Amino acid sequence: MAATGLPPAQGLYDPKTEHDSCGFGFVADIKGRPSHDIVLKSLEVLKNLEHRGATGAEKNTGDGAGILLQTPHAFFAQECQKLGIKLPAPGRYGVGMVFLPDSEVGQNAINGLFEETVRAEGQHLLGWREVPTGDAALGPTAKASQPVIRQVFIGRGDDVADEAAFERKLYVIRRLLEKKVSRSAIPGRSSFYVASLSYKTIVYKGMFNANQLRRFYLDLNQPSVVSAIAMVHQRFSTNTFPSWARAHPYRYISHNGEINTLRGNINWMHARQAMMSSKLFGKDLLKILTVIDTSGSDSAMFDNVLELLHLAGRELPHAMMMMVPEPWSRDDNMSPERKAFYEFHSCLMEPWDGPASIAFTDGIRVGAVLDRNGLRPARYYVTRDDLVVMASEAGVLDIPPEQVVRKGRLQPGRIFLVDTSLQRIVDDDELKDRYAREAPYGEWLKKSMLQMSTLPRPSRPPLPERESLLKRQQVFGYTFEEVKLLITPMATTGNEAVGSMGTDTPLAVLSDRPRPLFDYFKQLFAQVTNPAVDAIREEIIMASDTTIGPEANLLEPGPESCRQLGLPTPILTNDELAKIRRLDGRPEFSGLRAVKLPTLYNPKGDGAALRSALEDLRWKVSECLAEGFNVIVLSDRGHDADNAPIPSLLAVSSVQHHLIREGKRTQCSLIVESGEPREVHHFALLIGYGASAVNPYLAFETVHDLVAQELVPGTPAEAEKKYLKGVVKGLVKVISKMGISTIQSYHGAQVFEAVGLSQDFVDEYFTWTSSRVGGIGIDVVAHEARMRHERGFPPKRPVVASSLPAGGEYQYRAGGEFHLTNPETIHKLQYACRTNSYKVFQEYTALIDDQSKQLCTLRGLMDFRHATHPVRIEEVEPVESIVKRFKTGAMSYGSISKEAHETLAIAMNRIGGKSNTGEGGEDPARYQNEQNGDSKNSGIKQVASGRFGVTSYYLVNARELQIKIAQGAKPGEGGQLPGAKVYPWIATVRHATPGVGLISPPPHHDIYSIEDIAELIHDLKNANRDARVSVKLVSELGVGTIAAGVAKAHADTVLISGYDGGTGASPLTSIKHAGIPWELGLAETHQVLVMNDLRSRIRVEVDGQLKSGRDVVIGALLGAEEFGFSTGPLIALGCIMMRACHLNTCPVGIATQDPKLRAKFPGDPQQVVNFMRFVAQEVREYMAELGFRTFDEMVGRSERIEMRRAVDHWKARNLDFSRILFKPTVPKHYGRTCSIAQDHALEKTLDSTTLLALARPALDERKPVRATLPIRNTNRVVGVQTGSEVTRRYGPAGLPDDTIRFHFKGSAGQSFGAFIPKGMTLVLEGDSNDYIGKGLSGGRIIVFPPEKAGFVPEENIIVGNVAFYGATGGEAFIRGVAGERFCVRNSGIDAVVEGVGDHACEYMTGGRVVVLGPAGRNFAAGMSGGVAYVLDGDGKFESRCNLSMVGLDRKVEEAELTLVKRMIERHAELTGSALASRLLSRWEDTARRFVRIMPHDYRRMLEAQAKMRAKGLPPEEAEMAAFLENARDEARVSGN
Amino acid sequence: MGKPTGFLDYAREPVHDRPPLERIRDWEEMHLGCAEQTLREQGGRCMDCGVPFCNTGKLFNGMASGCPVNNLIPEWNDLVWRGRWKEAWTRLASTNNFPEFTGRVCPAPCEGSCTVSINLPAVNIKMLEEAIADRAFAEGWVVPEPPPVRTGKRVAVVGSGPAGLAAAAQLNRAGHEVTVFERDDRIGGLLMYGIPNMKLDKKLVDRRVKLMADEGVRFVTGKEIGKDIPAMQLVREFEAVLLCGGATQARDLPVEGRSLAGIYAAMDFLHANTKSLLDSKLKNGNYLSAKDQHVVVIGGGDTGTDCVGTSMRHRCRSLTQLEILPKPPDERAPDNPWPQWPKTYKLDYGQDEAKAVWGKDPRVYGVMTKKFIGDKDRHVRELLYVDVEWVKGPDGRFGPREIPGTEKVIQADLVLLAMGFLGPEKPMLTQLGVKLDERGNVWTDQTKMTSVPGVFAAGDMSRGQSLVVWAIKEGRQAAQSMDRYLSYGETVLTP
Repeated sequence: MAATGLPPAQGLYDPKTEHDSCGFGFVADIKGRPSHDIVLKSLEVLKNLEHRGATGAEKNTGDGAGILLQTPHAFFAQECQKLGIKLPAPGRYGVGMVFLPDSEVGQNAINGLFEETVRAEGQHLLGWREVPTGDAALGPTAKASQPVIRQVFIGRGDDVADEAAFERKLYVIRRLLEKKVSRSAIPGRSSFYVASLSYKTIVYKGMFNANQLRRFYLDLNQPSVVSAIAMVHQRFSTNTFPSWARAHPYRYISHNGEINTLRGNINWMHARQAMMSSKLFGKDLLKILTVIDTSGSDSAMFDNVLELLHLAGRELPHAMMMMVPEPWSRDDNMSPERKAFYEFHSCLMEPWDGPASIAFTDGIRVGAVLDRNGLRPARYYVTRDDLVVMASEAGVLDIPPEQVVRKGRLQPGRIFLVDTSLQRIVDDDELKDRYAREAPYGEWLKKSMLQMSTLPRPSRPPLPERESLLKRQQVFGYTFEEVKLLITPMATTGNEAVGSMGTDTPLAVLSDRPRPLFDYFKQLFAQVTNPAVDAIREEIIMASDTTIGPEANLLEPGPESCRQLGLPTPILTNDELAKIRRLDGRPEFSGLRAVKLPTLYNPKGDGAALRSALEDLRWKVSECLAEGFNVIVLSDRGHDADNAPIPSLLAVSSVQHHLIREGKRTQCSLIVESGEPREVHHFALLIGYGASAVNPYLAFETVHDLVAQELVPGTPAEAEKKYLKGVVKGLVKVISKMGISTIQSYHGAQVFEAVGLSQDFVDEYFTWTSSRVGGIGIDVVAHEARMRHERGFPPKRPVVASSLPAGGEYQYRAGGEFHLTNPETIHKLQYACRTNSYKVFQEYTALIDDQSKQLCTLRGLMDFRHATHPVRIEEVEPVESIVKRFKTGAMSYGSISKEAHETLAIAMNRIGGKSNTGEGGEDPARYQNEQNGDSKNSGIKQVASGRFGVTSYYLVNARELQIKIAQGAKPGEGGQLPGAKVYPWIATVRHATPGVGLISPPPHHDIYSIEDIAELIHDLKNANRDARVSVKLVSELGVGTIAAGVAKAHADTVLISGYDGGTGASPLTSIKHAGIPWELGLAETHQVLVMNDLRSRIRVEVDGQLKSGRDVVIGALLGAEEFGFSTGPLIALGCIMMRACHLNTCPVGIATQDPKLRAKFPGDPQQVVNFMRFVAQEVREYMAELGFRTFDEMVGRSERIEMRRAVDHWKARNLDFSRILFKPTVPKHYGRTCSIAQDHALEKTLDSTTLLALARPALDERKPVRATLPIRNTNRVVGVQTGSEVTRRYGPAGLPDDTIRFHFKGSAGQSFGAFIPKGMTLVLEGDSNDYIGKGLSGGRIIVFPPEKAGFVPEENIIVGNVAFYGATGGEAFIRGVAGERFCVRNSGIDAVVEGVGDHACEYMTGGRVVVLGPAGRNFAAGMSGGVAYVLDGDGKFESRCNLSMVGLDRKVEEAELTLVKRMIERHAELTGSALASRLLSRWEDTARRFVRIMPHDYRRMLEAQAKMRAKGLPPEEAEMAAFLENARDEARVSGN
Repeated sequence: MGKPTGFLDYAREPVHDRPPLERIRDWEEMHLGCAEQTLREQGGRCMDCGVPFCNTGKLFNGMASGCPVNNLIPEWNDLVWRGRWKEAWTRLASTNNFPEFTGRVCPAPCEGSCTVSINLPAVNIKMLEEAIADRAFAEGWVVPEPPPVRTGKRVAVVGSGPAGLAAAAQLNRAGHEVTVFERDDRIGGLLMYGIPNMKLDKKLVDRRVKLMADEGVRFVTGKEIGKDIPAMQLVREFEAVLLCGGATQARDLPVEGRSLAGIYAAMDFLHANTKSLLDSKLKNGNYLSAKDQHVVVIGGGDTGTDCVGTSMRHRCRSLTQLEILPKPPDERAPDNPWPQWPKTYKLDYGQDEAKAVWGKDPRVYGVMTKKFIGDKDRHVRELLYVDVEWVKGPDGRFGPREIPGTEKVIQADLVLLAMGFLGPEKPMLTQLGVKLDERGNVWTDQTKMTSVPGVFAAGDMSRGQSLVVWAIKEGRQAAQSMDRYLSYGETVLTP
């Protein structure tokens, strides 16, 4: 048997970064009647979810599948009888499903341990059963790692009181065994795994795809294997490594999604163990510790904790409510009891945050919960005969329509529960209210929980001294630039400042200047396997409140559990801190007692002094805890000439990890009072490494000083408030990038990667943080702190410094931080490209590449190992073929001008490379060639979250379709094009309204998980079978793992962007601090792809400040085949790095839409052609020296790079690149470059097999075609290929209305009718899954339930989530209720629907949506255009509508009502809607109840246009005049 | 940045000078102030570039591009736009010891590299610099700031031009005891006697010198090192010496008739004029008067212009200025792209005044003087020049070639040679035994130390003839190195 499980960390690979996701489902009999039929049905469900799983390079090795059942007693009794084991009655024995090593020695040893442990725990080992397995045609990898699988039967001991106690005992036995085996030397111990050990449930699982499960486990085919509950799961993991244990279900759950806050959850769980005690467990509690087995996946760890909470006495749904609470703090409609429940429990445990739908069961109750944002799908049917089927998709089981009494979906934060003991479905409200009333939580809170606002006002805190401000700013390394660019905007506007272009300054570890310790950490962010959250538009789910104070016993809560202080935000004003300082342990302060500890050290003592100061601090903290203090304030206020502040992050993290190690972390809260933190990144780090709250006193003083200088308006208090607001907003944005929605769960979550810190240092003070290139330790940290301190307190001669140093981090300054793009390099590059001078170009690259004197990038420290036998340059692949690998970066038409955008396209088409549309769409006129043969058609068409202008025609005109998951300058963030930049010509291409702002959401609303990207890739491939599909990721820890997942999702190319790439506009925090250099991400990607044998199936591309031939060669050696350039070509075209792209004032007409400035555009395609050819020529020269004749030979040859020897830089000399240059050992046949085309299985789609042939007459001769066909959920992307054929032949105009009309019956799979063009009508009689009508491009979609359906259509769900996402035109009529995010980013369709979930019409920019029934929360968030009409049945619609951008009108004008009426009439006619008929029959009453939702900006623009037309201007001029009038109104140009 | 669209909303305001016909009647400064609102708008034209070329002071094609002292131009432009003059002054003073001088006399390479100037007139950087400095003095923000602690180290600075003064100011700020030696009767070097009063009012120089004296710098005038005081004595008595003697050896024109009376080096003409002006308002007659003379100025640089301006104020009869180079183009040539120093045609103040009087620019381009023709008193009366064309020589360098048959003769009673400078005078250098470079300037290493330990050199003396602003930069650099030299490798100064 081959080694099982994940490989150990090697090179840049870290098994901790693995992700998985999946489809799940369960089938249950509400009345609790066990049957084999339930088992069969659940297996059928599993089969129909297969497409949500994945396979690796081997077709028949699945990522995992499994089933959880009630223990089938009759079956086991019979089987055991055959083995001579006599089973006692149900409930008196437990069954374990055990994976064992295949060595007999190992098995015997484990058997022995079982015997011994079971006996020691007072139970009886009844015997073992070999689990019969069949030949399921497992793939070689699955087979090689297949464990021996046996069932163990354990009889209940006599002194075990009841079944619950027995279940606990079984848990104790399992934990003991797990620990014993892992600590033993038993051969093959890594294969040992207990899938389940329970008296009531059993789990069958392994490395299968759906079909293999029942063929492997023969038990499942036995009619006597009966159950009333069966839960199934199909896994999609980001790797191809064999792991039987990682298949779901776990013992209590199946999980679809991801836990983003895992690191923090583990830390906190670990920390609170010391405080745990349980009457139920008694002494046994020690045996189960530690609770979390950290070798498991996030789902497994979740299961560990849930198991403990449940077995320690909480019912399973109660424990779920603790771990995955719904958003409560901002919900005004929630009952006080329930709010109190959540608030109370927030004192016990932070949320496990992340996208999740989790099915859970204890064998009696089965249910599912959805995360607070509803980011995973979960649909259910209830039938007449009391069957419940719930799964990630609808239609996974064929049920006759007349049998269905209810079709529903799980809603965000809600729980759906079937209780077979009560024999009914328990509704979310009933369930939660029951738990909320279980204890007097409200009273407990009132008694014990303090609120900041009610604490007594302190005497005024000490006033700052103005005179010493500059000195103190110097001590903390303030620069003029930080004050001007970071602090001033926040204090002025309450928003974080925005910048543009990327970053080109040295990494902190390469900088000659002392950099704050914060700069050595980079923020992690969500991509692909989980979505970033839109913290602005989806504010309802965010929470910035937190609590401070000690935690109590997790397992037995009581009133003392909430003896804490609630804070509205984690940033404290001086007043608030003073209040906290007064907490002295008296009862009225709930026992909270604060103490202040100085965080200072003697700078002259260097590293040793710093180290001992930290030791001292840790010791003092422990002392304070012993004395009963529970709020520790770490303060550097006392710094002076002899005492330097310890870097605040180091102080807090050092204490944090000390307390975790001591098991005392939950006994106190840490508060940081420091002059150091000033920008958002600083606060994020302090909180992420353990601070509960931060008081940035010097930042406040700086703000006050700015007010005194009149550089910030208002009073000091107002400015301080704005600054605070800006910080908190920025903080919430940082956490949302990681997909985290509450500060409480971000607290201590450590979602950062270190770049340039030594392993020792990290292990000691930032334990578990990844730092992969080594770097500086405490000595250099101390030296940097000393350098800062000496600026404020010069040791020898005090010099009158009258102002701060300039800085130069964000903007170039002579004598400031080094920039690669500086006056000299810009000048030389422009001169070279304008005059076609390769010589000058080489002068330019000499300045870029020679980083021997001035370090800037990791690659600057790399040298080539030249060949002993170089080849002659004539033998090297020519420039013409190398440039075909080159691309220009994704810059949208809108962020840059038409002139610049088209010039880039022409240039790249001339050389056979590819330009990129960016996310703003493209003018279709560009698809026709120019007279001189030039083409302005961008080779790469980007598909980003905003889906602007993503039409069928756009897609079919691409050579490559790029899914932009993240962007180097702002990974995890969306974007915003303010109205003043949406010029008429931009609006046309983006299908929007001139003058109305456009929002790109942070996530793609059709990619919340790895299997979702597989779907989108499949969708796009169907929309244009000739285009390659690429996925753009940003370099971060674990990007290689994600790339592997993307490869398994069948992407043709994966692009790894460096963190330093450019942007048109992005918060400065993101430009500098999110993501890591591409050298790391690219090398990791290549290594992980090779290890998984996936490299041969996918091309790898890299971009991010590529500037020279040397950069390209290093990229190739580290594993890239293709290369993207953005800043370089822009500079060649005349860009002078103004970094004012976000201001629309680009003086050279590139990053602007202003016609006056565009006229100044100096560029010519030839300049870009020259640039690309120069780079390629340099590449050739290096290739000759390295001895490579072809480019492909060079890819992945990292052994040809060495780290430059004898680096004597004081910081950089500690770096170690061995992990970047690592080459994994893999079998010889594993490919190292892309050589195999992905199998997109296009030929298996319904279009290929059936529809295209049916549509032939329409395609060839425009003849109408009609057909009626069955459909089921495994038929995905139906109609898309047919649609793309229509577009290919007939262009954007499509075919005459209704030329192709297909009528389907059944449940449609995902992406039904995506992108279909004019002339196509798809009728669906049944229901549909997610993404129906995605990108609808003029077609029509009609959905209604079958006539004989047993339910009321308008009360039941009929289409899934994210319907009509990014649709640009067409019509939709939906008879029934739609899921969340209906018509998200709709820019042009007219839709009628009978009810919608949360977030409907989000980011909508055009079109008309009529909702005839109830609408969920957060309606119209971010909606900037189009109109919605909602029938307000309960009169409470307003409370569910997000009013920040739209206005509600209860009086709708007659003309509009006529239009709405006509739509409803059509709806009635096309869907047979009874509801529509009823509404029409009493139209006057209906009309009165309509509410019109219209965005303010949109309305204003329409009115302005009408006014201009009334003045007699022709439409186009009226549009422009209205736009200009609007743009002049500066108040309208709003930020985020 | 206060005003993102400032450069689109406001035009560049021309520098406000007194009208030529008015100002040539006196020796007062020719600049007029500007209304505050105008100045603020001009500040608002700055684009606050991500890469402010104005701030860099790089040499492109041999010419300065951007500010050699790295003035934090975008920062103070923005502060001016916001009306925060005091903060602007703080930022300005942090890089430039004498903005009241450079704001008047600098040719402003910053404006040549201003990004606005890629396709619009540059931001009025120089005007704003002058305005900030003048405002700072007027408001009383500029006060002596003696160092809080004295190191007890003694430093001698030879020469009190911009390099010497800047170095002295910096060294004094670091706490060293600085003595400045000047061979002339007044402190200031080129600032005092090289630049005429209408361009830089000498009261401003005196004001700055007084400030420095109040901060503790000692000034010794009328003592020439190497003559009045042996150079080696300095080396013995001071812990470090800085040579800032300038590049005062003027280039001569050895053609026929050079020995005729009435032919002078420009500096002699300008020096005598300023001294007489300051001593007696020109009443003592100790200067060379151009009154009623036909004046020919040879050389088209700044010194030539100053000769023109001075001659105009003397009421010369006619004026011709000869320049060997061809007339520069009105727009940048293709081989002279932004951000290089723009070699374009400009009308400087002197020419402007001549044009106001006679209706045309007095400059004649592309000509070479062949001989001077004297009268019977061996006084020059005429000058013969010939047109030249610029051709590439065998060494690949362009050089002038006479065009036969283009000789012209013009009247010339007073000829002023303003053809640049060849390097430092040698006596002191010889005494010290410092090594010279191939151009005859004092050789220094990167720290500005000469071949003699403890002896440093800065400004034109080591760099060769250059701009005031380079001299300030060099003075600051030398001061930083000297501070390091004197303080065991540590320094509290910025370059």
